[in-house]
Amino acid sequence: MKKLITLGLTAAMVASLTACGGNGGDATTAAAGGDATTAAAGGDTTTAAGGASADNSGAGAEGAFKIGVIGPLTGPAAAYGIAVQNGADLAVKEINAAGGANGVMLEMNAQDDEHDPQKSVNAYNTLKDWGAQAIVGSTTSDPCIAVAAETSNDNMFQITPSGSAVECVAPENVFRVCFADPDQGTASAVYIGENKLATKIAVIYDSSTTYSSGIREAFVKEAANQGLEVVADEAFTADNATDFSVQLDKAKEAGAELVFLPIYYQEASVILKQASDKDFAPIFFGCDGMDGILTVKNFDTALAEGLMLLTPFSTTEESSKAFTEAYVAAYGIEPNQFAADSYDAVYAIKAALEKSGVAADADFSTVCDAFKTAMTEITIDGLTGEGMTWNAAGEPDKAPKAVKIVNGVYEMQ
Amino acid sequence: MVKGKKNKLLIQNSITYAMVILFWAVIQGLSAGGHVSSLMKGLLVPLCIYAILAVSLNLTVGILGELSLGHAGFMCVGAFSGAFFTKCAESMIPSVGLRFFFALVLGAAVTGVFGILIGIPVLRLKGDYLAIVTLAFGEIIKNLINVMFIGRDSRGFHFSIKDSLSLGLEDGGEVIVKGAQGITGTPRAATFTIGILLLLLTLVIVLNLINSRTGRAIMSIRDNRIAAESIGINITKYKLMAFSISAALAGMAGVLYAHSLATLAATSANFGYNKSIMILVFVVLGGLGNIRGSVIAAIVLTALPELLRGLNDYRMLIYAIVLIVMMLFNSSPKAIEMRSVMMERLKGKKAGSESAAKEA
Amino acid sequence: MSFLSYLISGISLGSIYAIIALGYTMVYGIARMLNFAHGDIIMVGGFAIFTMVSTLGMAPMVGILTAIVVCTVLGVTIEFVAYRPLRGASSLAVLITAIGVSYLLQNLALLIFGSNARQFTSVVTVPGLKLAGGRLSISGETIVTIVVCIVIMAGLTGFINKTKVGQAMLAVSEDRGAATLMGINVNRTIAITFAIGSALAAIAGALLCSTYPSLTPYTGSMPGIKAFVAAVFGGIGSIPGALIGGIILGVVENLSKAYISSQLSDAIVFSLLIIILLVRPTGILGKKINEKV
Repeated sequence: MKKLITLGLTAAMVASLTACGGNGGDATTAAAGGDATTAAAGGDTTTAAGGASADNSGAGAEGAFKIGVIGPLTGPAAAYGIAVQNGADLAVKEINAAGGANGVMLEMNAQDDEHDPQKSVNAYNTLKDWGAQAIVGSTTSDPCIAVAAETSNDNMFQITPSGSAVECVAPENVFRVCFADPDQGTASAVYIGENKLATKIAVIYDSSTTYSSGIREAFVKEAANQGLEVVADEAFTADNATDFSVQLDKAKEAGAELVFLPIYYQEASVILKQASDKDFAPIFFGCDGMDGILTVKNFDTALAEGLMLLTPFSTTEESSKAFTEAYVAAYGIEPNQFAADSYDAVYAIKAALEKSGVAADADFSTVCDAFKTAMTEITIDGLTGEGMTWNAAGEPDKAPKAVKIVNGVYEMQ
Repeated sequence: MVKGKKNKLLIQNSITYAMVILFWAVIQGLSAGGHVSSLMKGLLVPLCIYAILAVSLNLTVGILGELSLGHAGFMCVGAFSGAFFTKCAESMIPSVGLRFFFALVLGAAVTGVFGILIGIPVLRLKGDYLAIVTLAFGEIIKNLINVMFIGRDSRGFHFSIKDSLSLGLEDGGEVIVKGAQGITGTPRAATFTIGILLLLLTLVIVLNLINSRTGRAIMSIRDNRIAAESIGINITKYKLMAFSISAALAGMAGVLYAHSLATLAATSANFGYNKSIMILVFVVLGGLGNIRGSVIAAIVLTALPELLRGLNDYRMLIYAIVLIVMMLFNSSPKAIEMRSVMMERLKGKKAGSESAAKEA
Repeated sequence: MSFLSYLISGISLGSIYAIIALGYTMVYGIARMLNFAHGDIIMVGGFAIFTMVSTLGMAPMVGILTAIVVCTVLGVTIEFVAYRPLRGASSLAVLITAIGVSYLLQNLALLIFGSNARQFTSVVTVPGLKLAGGRLSISGETIVTIVVCIVIMAGLTGFINKTKVGQAMLAVSEDRGAATLMGINVNRTIAITFAIGSALAAIAGALLCSTYPSLTPYTGSMPGIKAFVAAVFGGIGSIPGALIGGIILGVVENLSKAYISSQLSDAIVFSLLIIILLVRPTGILGKKINEKV
């Protein structure tokens, strides 16, 4: 019996190998339209993203510029990856509807990385087989660092919407739309210090993510220069991200006037709820990850009253209204920072494509060389910043805006 | 009689080695001809890593008969000690290949020692209690590494469990292990050939162990502990031996993992209990004690989710269903009975047709 | 005063662990299997309540009852489809199948409800208590959780010791073969165990999400693992053991968060587990099994 099982498994392996081999064979001729699986994949992506897929898959014909998107579409971090997928999808549809970039249509394909570096590299390789000419991703920092090493090796252009760790843009072919972590921490401390919001500060951060611990470290460093006193410095981990009563109790006891939350909005929504249960009402202050808190389903927005955050994007801003409406219509949920970042990333690719005048069917290495220069020359008015430019190191130049939530909407400070 | 059995074993083992070498040769041939997709190329090293992990876990679960859910923890120890070494020895040993070699040896040794240290107290437990303790061990390792900061400057190494600020590094000092962010910038020295060589090494170690006097002693503990004890087999010694060899091999796979990616962080996805369980799935589906089965199952099940990418959103759902159906088909008493009936019929038909042929 | 506050929230957390651990322990005791999908049934319960209460606007009580029904049906179905065919197979095979079921439930929920976290509206309407001049506040959820936990423990102990079905459960857990000979329908008894365990998971889901108001397809997995640890802690298979294990786990977790390190609380909990098991290899209240030659 064992033999039979082994035989079956071997057969499965052989089948899988030939499938891979088949893919490989097709990959070399992928320019001729790709094989059946990838075509189906492209189709599925757009339908899964919801709504009108006709225009997008229609663009999947000859001569489209292929953009690969990577992010966690399943697993606990899926909310971020799906937002990135949707944001890119929306931008691609808009650009195509408006006649493309210099007449070149765009085509995208999103691949899941489950927020795992190894899977992210697999996703990147899948996209390479599909014929991607530029990458938007990875969504999260650690996978982004792993993929950046691969793209740099291959000379593939990569722009990450939200990979905020310093190392993400270390290779010269990688750019990003979001801020680097330490910059956000420093900017927050400076803002709090200069506006004299408080002197006794508590920090609650997620020590298991690069994003949160990176911001916190820079914040604590800068806080000393700004004359701020960090009275409580409490961490939690991804495995313990549902109960913050102890951290809040400690902050409350230490007499914190302001609680700095360099974390994502999903955890923050729980912190706000638990703080209100404890009658603890300091000023809460967040970074760009906090954006989206008003979109948490069933969240009592009264809890977020008075919450301040430094963010380059807000759904209620005049400039992002059209985007927000289109996004809600297409995907049924409110956009967040990640969606805006990837939307801007696709527009940056469009701008670079127009600026460099690179041919739509150029191989990815040519595209990358052209884009590396073009990226430093373009200026785009994106959702996450007006007049955004990039330096050769891959960092964007844009200013964060401080907003405060008043009556359930953002109010510029 | 004994000689015949030995020959059979030799043949079985040779098939396993030949299969791995053939796999390597086919891939090399295909990639020389440019027929291997980027996805497959990227998957080759992970396939070796998981095959090594599955074979080494099979030593604990299949041969020793103890359920361990902490294999990813050992992998984590190996990965971090190996990557740490490679980063530290950068100035001493400029050759990446040589550093990688030493990292492999060191990683395996450190993990082996860990295996002994943990094995001594823990192997007294049995069954599900052992399983939960090994799971706990894996989680502890993951947690500890997530708060660990190690830096180096001209005064030597600095250590902290708070953050990199409290390391008090001089200007120009370098933070090597950065808590949750782990170790970044490890050279990606792992290649498919190295992976296959390590897999072969693992197979040589495990298969020879199984077919040795020691291996038979270990299996006797699995089959009947009390009987084994009564004929004077030193239970603790053999248990520890199997456990620490299994750990050391997992550590080696960890070093390979660390050198296949530019970033190494101890997240739940990498080294959490889910990873341990995944490796256990390979072992169980490949067949307990069946080393070749472990290799095949690891390869098929690692490649499967990647090949299902075309299904997009339904990918992991299908994977889950495939897993359940495979388990039911492989292990359900009814399914086994059904299959044997089918086999009988097939054989019967064959015999029938043969006799019919004879008559004709 | 702050110590008291940490202690009380620890007991509340521990009570939730205890209710989940009950499901683990009963199923283990009777079916001899680790039901790794138990944590995900909690998540399903949470989504059932959320859909009824927040989306459809029903009363919280209706939501909880729906969740109990949904989870019970789900638990029994899973047992029938995935676990029953494996009766008599190795326990590892069942374990892997349970993991498959867990992936299945998580990914189904991901497809149906999406990945964005939802804020869960508390189903508890009991007002909180303020003691010592407002310095010590105990939330309504905490009080209800602790009370519900005690009621369930008492009810379950009574059920097992006093009713025929309960006695049948005990018999099956003691010796399945002998129980069959005594005319007990083993399959039915196991199905009932799954039904009870899953109903408890629904209640645990309601309490968990009310106290820690965030709901995602992965909500159940970590509490599930912790509760599993709690069950082993107390001695798997023992009902009072689940209570003791759960409470100890919750209190230790909260106190180590408060006084040692919030990042290392899990490591501390797991280390304690290892130490306890080294001293008492079958958990605090576990039965010592004498091996027969």
